[in-house]
Amino acid sequence: MSTPAVRVTDISKRFRLYHERNQSLKAAVMRGRRASYEDFWALRDVSFDIPQGSTFGLVGVNGSGKSTLLKCIARILVPESGKIDVTGKLAALLELGSGFHPELSGRENVYLNGSILGLTRRDIARKFDDIVGFAGVEEFIDQPVKNYSSGMYVRLGFSVAINVDPDVLLVDEVLAVGDTAFQERSMDKFLEFRRAGKTVVVVSHGMSTLRTMCDQAAWLEKGRLVEVGSAKSIIERYVDTSHDHHDTDLSGVARHGSGEARVTAVRLLDGDDRSTDRFTTGEPMRIAVDFHAGQRIEKPVFGVAIEAGDGTYLWANNTIDASLTVDAIEGDGSVECVIPRVMLQPGTYTVIASIVDTTAQHVYDFVRAAARFDVPHIGRRESGGYVSLEGTWLQTS
Amino acid sequence: MTTFADLRSSRELFVNLTLREIRGKYKRTALGQAWSLVNPLAAMAIYSLVFGFLLPIQVSEGDPSGLRVYALWLLCGLLPWLFISAVITSGMGSLISDANLIKKVWFPRVVIVVAVAASWLFTHAIEMGVLVVVLLIFGSAVVPWIPGILLMMVLVFAFATGIALMLAVANVYFRDTQHFVSIFMQLWFYLSPVLYPFRYVTEGAQRLEERGIALPLEFIYRLNPVERFIQVFRSMMYDNAWPALADVIYCVVAAVVSLTVGYLVFNRHEARIAEEL
Repeated sequence: MSTPAVRVTDISKRFRLYHERNQSLKAAVMRGRRASYEDFWALRDVSFDIPQGSTFGLVGVNGSGKSTLLKCIARILVPESGKIDVTGKLAALLELGSGFHPELSGRENVYLNGSILGLTRRDIARKFDDIVGFAGVEEFIDQPVKNYSSGMYVRLGFSVAINVDPDVLLVDEVLAVGDTAFQERSMDKFLEFRRAGKTVVVVSHGMSTLRTMCDQAAWLEKGRLVEVGSAKSIIERYVDTSHDHHDTDLSGVARHGSGEARVTAVRLLDGDDRSTDRFTTGEPMRIAVDFHAGQRIEKPVFGVAIEAGDGTYLWANNTIDASLTVDAIEGDGSVECVIPRVMLQPGTYTVIASIVDTTAQHVYDFVRAAARFDVPHIGRRESGGYVSLEGTWLQTS
Repeated sequence: MTTFADLRSSRELFVNLTLREIRGKYKRTALGQAWSLVNPLAAMAIYSLVFGFLLPIQVSEGDPSGLRVYALWLLCGLLPWLFISAVITSGMGSLISDANLIKKVWFPRVVIVVAVAASWLFTHAIEMGVLVVVLLIFGSAVVPWIPGILLMMVLVFAFATGIALMLAVANVYFRDTQHFVSIFMQLWFYLSPVLYPFRYVTEGAQRLEERGIALPLEFIYRLNPVERFIQVFRSMMYDNAWPALADVIYCVVAAVVSLTVGYLVFNRHEARIAEEL
């Protein structure tokens, strides 16, 4: 293979966390030279290569060092030790329109921002119509950008940056700008980029975006490199391990309701009656809701719902839907919702549990994150979305 | 890459940032660029009222120009001073006001400070141009001195930019710098012969000596490079006479030393600016 687009060699980056940082001379003089601080290693001995022409994802939880690494590659931060070699021209999409001057017109700002990103005046003049057309701000180009809507502002920023035409493009969570139409155009631009053999390095928390875009990935945890390799397998392992610790104690969770009856526990049971928080696609699941009613309650309605990890409301079911009438409750008890097959794609899901009255107007108890479960990457896979419809393909002609 | 090589390679960025400063400075004002003339004129009017009329300061006749106008004499020193002061003050704050840019994009940071300084050089050049015209109207034979004046403007620019580079870095680490410097600039203003001629210092030293206190007051006073700059400008513009060679050499040395030290300090701390902001 040819030389890598980016070679990261033994990068370590330290931040100093000052205990009383107030950037004043007085403070510095009072404390003497030894201001009290702790060292925080945002990156520790990280090495990997990003091959040319790849779309490379950096994954990890918040604070794992992904953005720091991206900033080191972009030369904004300087590592304590180690070396980063970049082959070719580099551009970073870290924050769009950050170089804009609000009082200057769109036109002046395109030239200004373009030159900040390393374009010459002639380059910008040549690409000017493309840039403005892509952002869709033709009529406003001679207006000061402070009059732009926030969408126009980031669109123009994105448009300048993407037209820098670098060999290596660094992207930090900026793919989700603008409306749907603009996002589609941006995505097309990225694909064009890839086809042209350019290298893209992406930091994102959107696992589905990463899964569809990237072919290679590196996984960082607490500043250290866990794994580097094919994006698919790394993202799967990352998703599987990043939600390992679930507790079933409901004492501290977010809830509301009048409290005459309370959900005391939500247990997820598998086909063998064992309590678990892992269900593979297609497995049966029973959601047991344990409750305690401090007084006698006539005709309560129990409900459960499932949300995806990103908060999308996927499904809900209650005892009225299932034509189960509970006459009255008092003291401790339990109800169960039986799901024959969990038709969900791999991911993390949250269970919501509630007890309401027959009119559904009065809420006794509503527990937002009563339980959580993972659907691991085992067996069948479908490429996107939340639900698994078990589609199959055949060639018909 | 060194700071100077960076500057060369980012010429376009430098030009665009300078234009941004020039255009942005007076945006949304009715007078626009004319403000850059109004400010020194207002300062001139105030100082002329106070020190030309109420507390008259005696300035000697320009030799050989024969000029005797306090306002013009004042402007020959006031304009360079205002230029130095503007470069230092706004250059010092420039890294902080562009913090957003610095934290998001890599480019040679030195460009920001130098572009701000250059935008003031532009303003200063207009002011000096107008002053030259006015001097001509009042009969000063200033035209042959224009190349010398331009050379001195470049030296002043280098001198002030060097200081701005140092203070810009210092201000990133200690925000007190800007408050401290604003006080210091006032002191510096009164310790430079902008409002009054150097003769007043000599007279002050004599008065002290009569009371038996012998201080090398004139020597200390003349250590201030701004004093030398103003002497040279006045001698060329107001007197139409050759400035003292020693003063010119002093100015060159001050400009070179300031810019070199400023550059070294900036170069050393440049890499860490993004994370300290």
